[in-house]
Amino acid sequence: MIAIAEVTPAWYLVLGAILFSIGTVGLLVRRNPLVMFMCIELMLNAVTLTFVTFSRMLHDVNGQSVVVFVLVVAAAEVVVGLGIIVALLRKQPTATADDLNVLRG
Amino acid sequence: MKTLDLVWLVPALPLAGFVVLVAVGRRLGEPVAGWLATAACGSAFLATLVVFAALVGEDPEHRRHVYDLFEWLNVGGFEVQLGFLADPLSITMALFITGIGTLIHLYSIGYMHGDPKFSKFFVYLNLFVFSMLMLVLGSNMLVTFLGWEGVGACSYLLVSFWFSKDANASAGKKAFVTNRIGDWGFMTAMFLTFATIGSLDYSVVLERAPEMAPVTATAIALLLFVGACGKSAQLPLFVWLPDAMAGPTPVSALIHAATMVTSGVYLMTRVSPILAQSYTWGPEVIAWVGVVTALFAATIAVAQTDIKRVLAYSTVSQLGYMFLAVGTGAYVAAIFHMVTHAFFKALMFLGSGSVNHGMHDEQDMRRMGGLRKLMPITAVTFIVGWLAISGVPPFSGFWSKDEILLFAYDKSPALWAIGLITALLTAFYMSRLIFMVFYGEPRWGDAEGHAKGGEAPLEPTESPWLMTVPLVVLAGLALVGGGLNLPFTGDVHFLEHWLEPVLEGNERVIDVATGTKVGLAVIAALAGLGGIILAARVYLQKRLQPVEPAILAEGWRYDSTISAFMGGPGQQGFDAVATFDRTAIDGAVNGVAGAVRGGGKGLRLLQTGFVRSYALGVAVGVVGLLAYFLTRAGI
Repeated sequence: MIAIAEVTPAWYLVLGAILFSIGTVGLLVRRNPLVMFMCIELMLNAVTLTFVTFSRMLHDVNGQSVVVFVLVVAAAEVVVGLGIIVALLRKQPTATADDLNVLRG
Repeated sequence: MKTLDLVWLVPALPLAGFVVLVAVGRRLGEPVAGWLATAACGSAFLATLVVFAALVGEDPEHRRHVYDLFEWLNVGGFEVQLGFLADPLSITMALFITGIGTLIHLYSIGYMHGDPKFSKFFVYLNLFVFSMLMLVLGSNMLVTFLGWEGVGACSYLLVSFWFSKDANASAGKKAFVTNRIGDWGFMTAMFLTFATIGSLDYSVVLERAPEMAPVTATAIALLLFVGACGKSAQLPLFVWLPDAMAGPTPVSALIHAATMVTSGVYLMTRVSPILAQSYTWGPEVIAWVGVVTALFAATIAVAQTDIKRVLAYSTVSQLGYMFLAVGTGAYVAAIFHMVTHAFFKALMFLGSGSVNHGMHDEQDMRRMGGLRKLMPITAVTFIVGWLAISGVPPFSGFWSKDEILLFAYDKSPALWAIGLITALLTAFYMSRLIFMVFYGEPRWGDAEGHAKGGEAPLEPTESPWLMTVPLVVLAGLALVGGGLNLPFTGDVHFLEHWLEPVLEGNERVIDVATGTKVGLAVIAALAGLGGIILAARVYLQKRLQPVEPAILAEGWRYDSTISAFMGGPGQQGFDAVATFDRTAIDGAVNGVAGAVRGGGKGLRLLQTGFVRSYALGVAVGVVGLLAYFLTRAGI
C-alpha cells in the first residue's frame, strides 16, 4: 500500500522557498538580461505563492489581496523592463548584464 | 534738557567738519577748507566752554553727568551705550584738546600753504580731534577704545602724510604696529574687566573697583599701562615717536606732543580706583618705568642734531615724568604737567615748524644759528617755551615739575634723584637747541649749504601772521599756565579742588614740612639753571668741548638693536611661525579635506556598475537580516 502523504500547507511554503532560491541563484549566476529578468519573475511568483499559502493558513484574506497588487506591479515592471532589454539587444545583440556599467563609480 | 547734555556736541562738531570736508573739501580748496576745519574745532571749543560753565555751576559732589546718545551694542548680557561722561577730568582734557587744537588748525592754514593735499590734511586733522574727544569723553571703556584706535589711525595717516617718500611711509607703519602691541594690553584689560565686573561703564567699574581682588586689579592696571606705554611712548615701546616726526610739524605738535601721547596718562588717571586697589608694587612699576624713560630719553636728546628729534625725545622724557606722577599717586600733578606740557611743547613744536618754514625745510640744527634777529616772534616765543620746560620760575613748567618731584621725593629719594638729574639734562639739551638755533653765528650760508643745493643763498624770513598768532597765544599760556595749581597754601590749588570729585581720595596725601618743600623747589630751580649755564658755556661761549657721544646720537642703539634683532633672529622666528602655520595649522585643515576625499574615492569603488554584484549585495543582506531575526526569535 502506497501511503499517499497528505498535502499540507508546509509543502507549498517549501515549494515557494525552492522557487525563490532558484530565482535568486539564477539572477546571480546568469548574464543574459532576459534570463535574469525571468529569474526575477520567478522570485516574485514564489513570494506570491507564499502569500496565498499563508492566507489559507491564517484565514486572512489580506494575503490574497496583496497578490493582486503584486501582479499589477509585475505587469508594469514587465512592460518597462522588457522595453529596456529589447532596446538594448537591438543595439547590441550579444550584450550581457555586465556590459551595462555606465553608472560605475 | 540740561545744558550738560550738550556734551555730545563737543565731538559731533569736528565729526561734522570731517564729513563736510570729505564731501566737498577738494572743491573748497585752499584756504576755505582750512578755515572750515578751524571753525569746526573752534566751535567744539565753545561747546566745551558751555559744558564747562554748566559743570562749574553744579555742586562739587554732583559734577558728574552721563549722557547716553544711543545704545551701541546689546549682545546677551553685554550692553554698551554710546555715552559721554562730563566730569572735571574729561572736560579739562576736552578744553585743552579743542583749545590747542584750534590754534594748531589755524597755524596749519599758514604752514600747509601751497601743499597739493591741503584739504586732505584738514580732513585728517578734524577726524583726529573727533577721535581724541571720543577717547576722553567716552562713558565706558569701549567708547574710549574707539577713540583710542581712531587717534592711532589718524596718527598713521598723518605721520605718513607725505607718503611718496619711503621713510615717511615706513615711519607711519612703525607708529601703527608699535601701537598695536599696546592695544593688545588695553583689549586684554577690557576683557578682564568685563569678566570680573560684567560691565565696561566707568561709573560701574570704578565704583566696584574696591571689591576687586588685588591680583585682578593689578593685572588690569598693568595691562592698561601696557596700552598706555604704546600710546604714550614709554619704555620699551617709545621707538615710534622719534620716527613719527616725519609727519608735518603741526601734526607733531597736536598729536605727538599735546594730545594723543598724553591719552595714556589720562587713562591711568581715569582708572585711579583700580590702581588704588592693586598691590603696592603695581604703581611702583609705573613710577619706575616713567622715571627711567624720562632719564633715558633725556640722555638721547642731548646728542640729537635734528631739531624735531630733540623735541620728540624731550616729549618722551616729559611723558615719563607724568607716569612717574601717576605711579606715585600724584594724579593732579600728572594732569597739571600734562596741561602745561601741552602748552609749552606744542609751542616749541610750532616754533620749530616756523623755523623750518623760514629755513626752507632745513631741520639740521648745525646749519642754523643766529635766527633770533631774523625771526623775532618765533625766537621770543620759543624762548618762553624753553624757560618753561627748563623749570625756571615763574614759568609754568617749574610749578608742575616741582610738584611731581615733591611726590617722588616723598615716595622714594631714588625716584627724586633720577627725576632731578633728568630735569638738569632737560634744561641742558633745550638750552643747546636754543643756542644752536637762535644764537651764535649764522651757519646756513656756509660752503656746505651751497654745495648741497647750489641754489641762491638761503634767506630765513619770519613766518606769516597765521603761524605767529598761535605761537604768541601759546607762549602766553606757557607763561601763566602754572597759575592753575600754585603750591601755596589756601585756595590757589585750583586744579586739585577741581579734580577732587573724580579722584575720590585716590590722590595720595603727603605730609612734607614747608621747609623741605621750599628746599626741593630751590634745588629743582637750581638744577634747571645749572643745565642752562652749562649749555651756555659749551655752546654759546664755547669754553668747553661739547660731549656728544655717538652712542647717544644713535639713541643708545636701542632702535637699531631692535631692528637688527627683528631682521635676524626675529625674522627667523617669524619664519618658523609661518612654517608652523603652513604645515601644522593649514596641514590639519587640508588633511581633513584630504581624508574625506580619499574616503570618497575608496567608497566610490563599491559602485561597480555590475548589476549582479548589486544583486549579490542585496541577497547577502537579506540572508544576514534573516539570520539575525531567526536567531533572535529562537532565543
